[in-house]
Amino acid sequence: MSEEIQTEYETEGVEKKFMFLNRKAPYGTIYALEMLETVLISAAFDQDVTLVFMDDGVYQLKKGCDTKAVNMKNFSATYKALGDYDISRLFVEKESMDARGLTIDDLVEVIFEDEDDDWAEKPAVHVKSRDEIARLMEEQDVIISA
Amino acid sequence: MKYGILINEGPFTHQASDTAYHFTKAAIEKGHRVMRVFFYHDGVYNANALSEPQSDDRNIVKLWGDLAKEHKIDLVVCVAAGLRRGIKDQVLAEGFRISGLGQLTEIGMAADRLITFGD
Repeated sequence: MSEEIQTEYETEGVEKKFMFLNRKAPYGTIYALEMLETVLISAAFDQDVTLVFMDDGVYQLKKGCDTKAVNMKNFSATYKALGDYDISRLFVEKESMDARGLTIDDLVEVIFEDEDDDWAEKPAVHVKSRDEIARLMEEQDVIISA
Repeated sequence: MKYGILINEGPFTHQASDTAYHFTKAAIEKGHRVMRVFFYHDGVYNANALSEPQSDDRNIVKLWGDLAKEHKIDLVVCVAAGLRRGIKDQVLAEGFRISGLGQLTEIGMAADRLITFGD
């Protein structure tokens, strides 16, 4: 056994199901912004990425966020660009939306090109029930939440 | 079992880092391997060498450093999260290293389980 601390691991060809569970509002805390950075890195590593938005996390996809008055960087446009990173699944929990009076019309549109369907442009944002999301969680290899 | 650990909160304000520490210690004692502990969000403050808790309390920064030294655990502080919070080489505690977010994805890919400790 080497006495050195191992700092690299062999991950060649590994593709896992990564779920990013967003539970906090986009502004007010930094979790959403920093989670997005993690999402983009995981997509760059060619992992199978799913995003879930629940609790106040559903506000992360809300249209028309304006951060001028609080002098914070507005990163809301990044969500719209996720389709360009081959991220095709953004699931929003229905119960959390209902509790906050939101409908899918209040959310930004995210479009991805489906490589299995002649690169047809399709919406990536879908509303799912709490039960459906629980089932999806069961299928994941890695769940990162904040 | 091979574990990766993700810590999302700083020391003292939240229990997350303490719980992660106890989990890591217990897992190793049970014969499991902890491949990496990744510090993200305010979790980067766990690597602040200037942290100086009262003498009758635990020193979380030192506890992590000592555990890592004893069991050869890779403690990684996210560079981007660290920069915006002033956790840089100048204040980095012994036993930690600074690297990119790819190190979190890598450990998610390599470990059997990635466990998040946060608020």
